Amino acid sequence: MNIHEFEAKQLFADADIPVQEQRVASTVDGALTAAKALGFPLVVKAQVHTGGRGKAGGVKLAKDEDELKEYATAILGMDIKSHTVRKLLIVPAADIAHEFYVGVVMDRRRGCPVLMVSSEGGVDIEEVARTSPDKIATVPLPDVRLKAHQAREIAFGMVKGSKVPLRMADILVKLVNVYREREASLAEINPLIITTDDGVIALDAKFVADDNALFRQTKVAGFRDVEEEGRDENEARENDLSYIRLDGSIGCLVNGAGLAMATMDVISHFKGTPANFLDIGGSSRPEKVMAAMDILCRDENVRVILINIFGGITRCDDVAKGLVEALKKRPTALPLVIRLTGTNEDAGRQIIASELPDVTTAATMDEAVQAAVALAQAPTA
Amino acid sequence: MSIFIDENTRVVVQGITGRDGSFHARGMKEYGTKVVAGVTPGKGGKDVDGIPVFDTVREAVQKTEANTSVIYVPAFAASDAMLEAADAGVQLVVCITEGVPVLDMVRVKDVFIEKGIRLIGPNSPGLISPGKSKVGIMPGAIHIPGPVGLISRSGTLTYEVVHSLTRSGVGQSTCMGIGGDPIIGTKYIDALAAFEKDPQTEAIVLIGEIGGSDEEDAAAYIRKEISMPVVSFIAGQTAPPGKRMGHAGAIISGSSGRAEDKIAALKEVGVKVAAIPSEIGPLMAKTLGVAK
Repeated sequence: MNIHEFEAKQLFADADIPVQEQRVASTVDGALTAAKALGFPLVVKAQVHTGGRGKAGGVKLAKDEDELKEYATAILGMDIKSHTVRKLLIVPAADIAHEFYVGVVMDRRRGCPVLMVSSEGGVDIEEVARTSPDKIATVPLPDVRLKAHQAREIAFGMVKGSKVPLRMADILVKLVNVYREREASLAEINPLIITTDDGVIALDAKFVADDNALFRQTKVAGFRDVEEEGRDENEARENDLSYIRLDGSIGCLVNGAGLAMATMDVISHFKGTPANFLDIGGSSRPEKVMAAMDILCRDENVRVILINIFGGITRCDDVAKGLVEALKKRPTALPLVIRLTGTNEDAGRQIIASELPDVTTAATMDEAVQAAVALAQAPTA
Repeated sequence: MSIFIDENTRVVVQGITGRDGSFHARGMKEYGTKVVAGVTPGKGGKDVDGIPVFDTVREAVQKTEANTSVIYVPAFAASDAMLEAADAGVQLVVCITEGVPVLDMVRVKDVFIEKGIRLIGPNSPGLISPGKSKVGIMPGAIHIPGPVGLISRSGTLTYEVVHSLTRSGVGQSTCMGIGGDPIIGTKYIDALAAFEKDPQTEAIVLIGEIGGSDEEDAAAYIRKEISMPVVSFIAGQTAPPGKRMGHAGAIISGSSGRAEDKIAALKEVGVKVAAIPSEIGPLMAKTLGVAK
């Protein structure tokens, strides 16, 4: 789960990592009030769950009230990579002497997190990794702790002087602590800056939570931004569905994440376009099927719904019953293609044949996908 | 032969009195697996369909000589359940539970490495050696015994591919889901090494998906160590970057974990990569010269 920069900074501040004083505003008036407390010049930053805010014009330096008004008006409501800006973070402008990249991320190959530090801060770290990997110091963290001497070794290797490297080393240890104690999958400061008066500050902050740990990370879980994540994704999550909207015309309802991904691939192979990824998981309660159908039917790009079930724990007759119930309560004009294979497939197919005689049925995934592609491309009646 | 489980596998089911545990304990027993014990703390002395229930894994192992544990406990208790099984002296632990916090697995995986005990999963559908033993949740009926070993990060997609193999007349030695999480006990290369040594296995199917670099590591291993043919399918070719596709581990981060890179790495070492899952059965039948 993603959280906003201002929330990540709260987590960092809780761990004694220096961050700037900050205000959050969701209106232009709110921004002006914030400015009175902070003073000019200040920086206005769009708060959205995506990168590339600066390039999109979502980060601006305001020297006075007029500029602040102009920028706040422009940024609020702005679209950044399909995310609408609803909140602004307002912070004092900083005097930057140098910028670093600091990040803790799970290294799947090593099976533990790694700390990465680079003297090339403020830029895309992947780009640095490609072009000058020697500029990145990487420390594996098998017990998810950074030892003080490891931190000092990195800091004194990158920064001259006495106080500044010690300040930096302290922040490195604390960032790893945040990663461990708040159970992140990514904790990043980009840039970590050295100011002209030898301060060391986290100027930006990024924190991605491990979804699997949210049940015991109540503070982090409280940062969920339902508006930002979108109604469909939220409704899906509340019903234990895994849903990701795409922009094609074939709505998919599948059991299992791997099969759901493969269904998208097979659709694409047969020259169709998937409207979504949707995994209904192992259980086949009618309410789940109903919630899934609601979400698919709301998507105005969807021309046909493809149901692809390979029953293991999921029983085909349960899915069929759920579908019949769902369609009774929420009839749809969209054509349906259904493929049921695996546990109790005969019973499931019988229910479909007697209760839903108008739907297209198929014996295999390929046949089902080809039928759905044909229906999606058929001219609308 | 087969890998990791066979007719001598004696299973203890952790979480046997739960909804999933009892359902699948029954399913495994019906398949012919030797399910010798169950564990639910506080329910010792009871039985589930004639399977004795114990309070601890240690007691279950001592009284029934179980050598394999399969875990169906809720996510918050799963890492402790894995560690309990490792302490109790089984040789193989299969964790079905989905949603185990990733940092728990950093520690748990290391304990298994130190003790030299094999862990499969978490977030795994388990494994099956057709006709001998099933330790997991897959529908047994779609499998037939034969020469193909199968490794996958997925559940239902694996069934889809097994179905394709079986319909093409190609049987399986062992089919195994290694789990869809970022940190898992057994990786592709561990399974590849075991299949290479197994006298029954003549060819391997490797089902991959977006996220991480385990498929690339597998490709490098295949080039050096694997003498038998390998056929593959990689799911998520049309997945958007930055979105978690159901499995905790299935996410393209920046430019890493993309399907196209995995496919290229596998093709480069001579692996036949199917465009869609249904091609795998016919492709394998042709490779092995199986006439249906």
